[in-house]
Amino acid sequence: MEQTKIIDLKNISKSFDGEPVLKNINLYIRDKEFVTLLGPSGCGKTTTLRIIGGFEQPDEGDVFFLDERINDVPPYKRNVNTVFQRYALFPHLNVYENVAFGLRVAKVPNNVISKKVKETLALVNLKGFEKRAVSTLSGGQQQRVAIARALVNNPKVLLLDEPLAALDLKLRKDMQNELKALHERTGITFIYVTHDQEEALSMSDTIVVMADGRIQQIGTPTDIYNEPKNAFVADFIGESNILDGVMIDDFRAKFAGVEFKCLDSGFEKNEPVDVVVRPEDVDIVPADKGMLRGTVTGVTFKGVHWEIIVDIKGFKWMIQTTDYCAPDSVIGLYIEPDAIHVMKKSEYSGMFGDYSSYSEEFDELSVADPEEEEKNTEAEDE
Amino acid sequence: MNKKSFLDSFSLVPHAVWSVLFIVAPLIFVVYFAFTDRNGNFTFSNIGALSDYAHIFGLSVAFALIATVICLLIGYPLAFFISRLKPSKQKILILILMLPMWISLLIRTYSLMALLDNGGLLNTLFEAIGIGPVKIVGTAGAVILGMVYDFLPYMVLPIYTSMSKLDIRYFEAAEDLGCNGFKTMTKVVFPLTVPGIISGITMVFVPSISTFYISQKLGGGSFDLIGDTIERHFQNQSTYNVGAAISLVMMILILISVAVMNKFADDNKGGQLIV
Ligand SMILES: Nc1ncnc2c1ncn2[C@@H]1O[C@H](COP(=O)(O)OP(=O)(O)OP(=O)(O)O)[C@@H](O)[C@H]1O
Ligand SMILES: [Mg+2]
Repeated sequence: MEQTKIIDLKNISKSFDGEPVLKNINLYIRDKEFVTLLGPSGCGKTTTLRIIGGFEQPDEGDVFFLDERINDVPPYKRNVNTVFQRYALFPHLNVYENVAFGLRVAKVPNNVISKKVKETLALVNLKGFEKRAVSTLSGGQQQRVAIARALVNNPKVLLLDEPLAALDLKLRKDMQNELKALHERTGITFIYVTHDQEEALSMSDTIVVMADGRIQQIGTPTDIYNEPKNAFVADFIGESNILDGVMIDDFRAKFAGVEFKCLDSGFEKNEPVDVVVRPEDVDIVPADKGMLRGTVTGVTFKGVHWEIIVDIKGFKWMIQTTDYCAPDSVIGLYIEPDAIHVMKKSEYSGMFGDYSSYSEEFDELSVADPEEEEKNTEAEDE
Repeated sequence: MNKKSFLDSFSLVPHAVWSVLFIVAPLIFVVYFAFTDRNGNFTFSNIGALSDYAHIFGLSVAFALIATVICLLIGYPLAFFISRLKPSKQKILILILMLPMWISLLIRTYSLMALLDNGGLLNTLFEAIGIGPVKIVGTAGAVILGMVYDFLPYMVLPIYTSMSKLDIRYFEAAEDLGCNGFKTMTKVVFPLTVPGIISGITMVFVPSISTFYISQKLGGGSFDLIGDTIERHFQNQSTYNVGAAISLVMMILILISVAVMNKFADDNKGGQLIV
């Protein structure tokens, strides 16, 4: 991968009506990279993208494009194109003219426009759709017109804001593959926004996990999945059992009342930590051979595997296994050292509980603390 | 099925009665008078007499066209300006714009006269600063000013309506694809507001070409427009038939111009927004 920083965000902060939305964002994006901004709704993904596109001005901090500060450069002068969250195709133009729009504005000669538009439409599998009115296209086709309209200008950077959010699962998977292939074929830097963690994991070179206007972690998909930095990332990406623990010494962690060997080091002696164990990394053994022992309280068939909820000293673990375990049976758990991931305590510690409300359907969900619920509705009312 | 269609047709009865009484019947009278003489005998002489009025038709069309163009030139930027404001401010400005429409056209025209006439507010001001009284009422300019003043809201409102429906995302998409402010206007905003422009033009042109009051008052009697001519003919029993013939031709003229306008609107499917 090339090391040129094509986009560099330095100490970006942004508030709307006094509400901070981005808090000191630092992020650089390498040339030709596929970067995904991932995070829950309202965490500031679109705002970050709009700052790169030039549609919003940061309150503080600088935006660099190939080492040139572009805070004051208007969008139409930036070598960046956007695929908008809801396409925004021009309804007065047909497919061909929508795609040709940017080239016409740039006063490209007609024969070149015609050639480029044809090529780009072929690239997004829309050959023969030139004369169609955009209002007659399906969602997936409109999506591809929006991508073609941005791509045809051959930008250095393509910004895509949840481009697949409105599509059904099958089409979404197909388009994911098409986009990934497009990225490889064109060599354009993609900055992609999604709140779908699977999409992020399968498409990206680099994932930027955001929450509450802050970057929580930047890394490759495997890094993010295997080495989440805090409880938020661990919970947001995939399923995880997040336990309160203590790092007794290097390579020795204690949680669930038991001491485990692990591969983590560099913590202080007896430092309180969060421990992540992925459900698929736990082995089920007979009760007397287990490092932990518990009662199965729920079993769900998921196709490839069973999802089992095990109650261990009041904490409900989720375990994915290919072996069926009967409800109410007592089983043992075996956890390899490399299945344990230790994280520093963070503001998100303790916010993500166990799986107690998970398989017991609505019973346990509805008895969730009524005061807590009241607080939530009050907050929404404001 | 039968029942439904019976109900359907029944619900149309009031509408049909209304249309026959107030639209179809007057039209039949106009056509009848246009093709009969004073004794009720069929004749083409009324239509034949129209060639004498060609210059009046010409003048009326010219005045109406000029007024429409001026309304468009003022109204379009005004509508754009309003549509970009905060919603609360938009409401206030649209209310101010519509306020004069609730006042009778006659009163509005009279008050404009009071402003412009010799001894009126404007000329008093001119005298005070030494430009002396300027003859305004009685000039072509005053007539056109009157038309613009009276009909401007009819231009602004439909354009404003189609502009306020424009999604902000179209502006951003245009800018993203390299348009500066001016190009965004010409390449996106203008084509998408053509339906509003068309209805604005129709709504200003039609009353402008048929008005008689404005030209009588502000033209000081020096400009005879179609509306004035028709009015004059209908005030005298003996010229009823010629008046009807002129009305008929004007109606056809208006129908043609509306049809041409609608054709424009159909060719340009800008109005509808898709997501
Ligand atoms: N123009 C604006 N005015 C006021 N608040 C805004 C504006 N734009 C965004 N916000 C607020 O900023 C926060 C972040 O918005 P943003 O659109 O960046 O979220 P997001 O991560 O893209 O969410 P989603 O996944 O729902 O699209 C939200 O709370 C939103 O309400
Ligand atoms: Mg968003």
